[in-house]
Amino acid sequence: MASINIKLNIEKLGQLQAICKEFNNDKGELINVLHKAQHLFGYLPAEVQEVIAHELNTSAAHVYGVVTFYSFFTMTPKGEHPISICMGTACYVRGAEKVLDEFKRILKVKVGETTPDGQFSLSCLRCVGACGLAPVVLVGDKVFGRVAPDGVKDIIEEYSK
Amino acid sequence: MHLLVCGGTGCRASESETIFHDLKTTIASKGLENEVQVITTGCFGFCEKGPIVKVMPDNTFYTRVTPADVTEIIEEHVIKGRKVTRLLYINPETQESVSDSKHMGFYRKQIRIALRNCGFIDPENIDEYIGRDGYQALGKCLTEMTPEQVIEMMKKSGLRGRGGGGFPAGLKWEITRASMADQKYVVCNADEGDPGAFMDRSILEGDPHSVIEAMAICGYCIDGSKGLVYIRAEYPLAIDRLKTAIGQAREYGLLGDNILGTGFSFDIELRYGAGAFVCGEETALIHSMEGLRGEPTVKPPFPSVSGYLGKPTNVNNVETFANVPVIINRGAEWFSSIGTEKSRGTKVFALAGKINNVGLIEVPMGISLREVIFEIGGGIKDGKKFKAVQTGGPSGGCLTAKHLDTPIDYDNLIAAGSMMGSGGMIVLDEDDCMVSIAKFYLDFTVEESCGKCAPCRIGNKRLIEILEKICKGNGTMEDLDNLRNLGQVIKDTSLCGLGQTSPNPVLSTMDNFYHEYLAHVVDKKCPSGQCKALLRYIIDAENCVGCTACARICPVNAISGERKGVHIVDQAVCIKCGACLEKCKFNAVFIK
Repeated sequence: MASINIKLNIEKLGQLQAICKEFNNDKGELINVLHKAQHLFGYLPAEVQEVIAHELNTSAAHVYGVVTFYSFFTMTPKGEHPISICMGTACYVRGAEKVLDEFKRILKVKVGETTPDGQFSLSCLRCVGACGLAPVVLVGDKVFGRVAPDGVKDIIEEYSK
Repeated sequence: MHLLVCGGTGCRASESETIFHDLKTTIASKGLENEVQVITTGCFGFCEKGPIVKVMPDNTFYTRVTPADVTEIIEEHVIKGRKVTRLLYINPETQESVSDSKHMGFYRKQIRIALRNCGFIDPENIDEYIGRDGYQALGKCLTEMTPEQVIEMMKKSGLRGRGGGGFPAGLKWEITRASMADQKYVVCNADEGDPGAFMDRSILEGDPHSVIEAMAICGYCIDGSKGLVYIRAEYPLAIDRLKTAIGQAREYGLLGDNILGTGFSFDIELRYGAGAFVCGEETALIHSMEGLRGEPTVKPPFPSVSGYLGKPTNVNNVETFANVPVIINRGAEWFSSIGTEKSRGTKVFALAGKINNVGLIEVPMGISLREVIFEIGGGIKDGKKFKAVQTGGPSGGCLTAKHLDTPIDYDNLIAAGSMMGSGGMIVLDEDDCMVSIAKFYLDFTVEESCGKCAPCRIGNKRLIEILEKICKGNGTMEDLDNLRNLGQVIKDTSLCGLGQTSPNPVLSTMDNFYHEYLAHVVDKKCPSGQCKALLRYIIDAENCVGCTACARICPVNAISGERKGVHIVDQAVCIKCGACLEKCKFNAVFIK
């Protein structure tokens, strides 16, 4: 455990342990713990998983198995402005793929990657349920509806510094 | 007078919160707050034209409202009593504005049972739910009926599971009741993973109490005191509203110990999903709730016998639960009088894709696809030709023009090679390539396969490789045979519902659109021009003036030609980016 304590700063480690405690260190609550931990750190790096495994009295392999099973959990840090393109069927048939291609072209990153300056990360998600606005793009929590490929530049500019 | 503002996810994405806020402050500034109430409601269903503001009692239905319209609505409609005509819905056929929702084609054929309160009440106010007979069914069950009587009523109503399987709900309750244990669980499956389906989210956002009430009734019937809602973490608004509703129900003594003084105790907790489609399968869902990877296990034992933590667990879907209080209040006979012989009641569908009226609809079982698409849905977008409708999501298949008059119910859809699923209906037009659509769904399944059993994990991967080959123009006739054979093997040998249905989009498009597969394989052409690799950009010698614009924009130097001479695209080099087509001012570049 010593090596873990060194990598995580003491304050964050305390918060993480508090989250585990909030769920009675019950390994049945692992998914709820991971949700809160990801909210705290922005992602779930190996050292965070190891602490959780230790606190919930289970193996790091088990925690890793769960983290990698669910698409909501990520082991890579997201950009300051995470961009998600809805790839649900309704958005797909209304041209979401072309919108995605345009984001990839302008940001020069692939899906799942973050721009070198840490500003933007690009991901796809399955249906936010706003099918009336298809195709839909999310930047953080903000929803952009009826996005056309030529509107992509404006969205990126809105967030660029 | 009431002003109802849609607070569903779709409308909130288009500033409905600002509209609500502005309406409220303007009303207050005119000193009208005692006469006019502004209320945020759940989804009206007509998402295409959102944000929606509805004025009661005259049912005026304003569409695509913006914050800039607020003053006019209040000055004109509220104060002077004159409708703001430019915001009314325009009937696309007659081009006339429709003054109230009762005369809109979108609503006329609908019967709203599960969605009865969505768009009528403030979901964050329990009194409004109670005002519309809310918790009356729970009271009736607890004080006037035995659990056996309630189960009998559910069985008689003919209600079947709305999550996709279609298992009779009453029978499931009876089996769970018969399982003996010290603790039993009621689980509500709100892990709506089917892309393009959003009915469960709308019900939880618009009428969370109906689900809470039904779960308590189910708990009474199966003799369980604990309820769990397994909900997608991607639905923050639904989670908030559900939490608020649970808190209010506890405050009113409708959840918790000794409900209504009857000695019956029941409470509900939330469990969050984390983005795994397979968790819609009930055994996988239960493992996920236990903090494990959401992998399914072989049934039997069914969850009704051994489920959450090994205890008997009754899993029903959100929409199934939303029907329950109405059945108790209005009777099994009334409910079973709606629908077809084997599929009673109504079904909520999420209409999306290439259709004019995207939105959420609830229609009686047995309605025809034609009525849904052309009357309620307002026909195909941009006047294009109807090609197919995909139902049942990644587990379903395509219905085509020949199925337009088939009555929609569980059994007919399966007979037509598709399935009801959770109720997603994606409408496709002549521009959609069916091979690409099959590939899209398979891509989804490959990504979402949990990897536990080989047919699903490996078989679907092989299927998509073959489809990719076909879309690139390298397919052979043998590939088409392999698709069919392999698809059938995956169906027959997979462990859970995900694998058993995953080849459906491929098999059903092959059944209905075999000529498109043939076009890709034999003629190396994509009839709808969607498969990039099969397109050819060609320069028309007659229109080309030799301006060299296309040659200069081409990123791979595939275009050659002298200034003022005809240009030519080298097909071997062309990457089909389409830059030349966009650049040409003389309509000389075209796709073949």
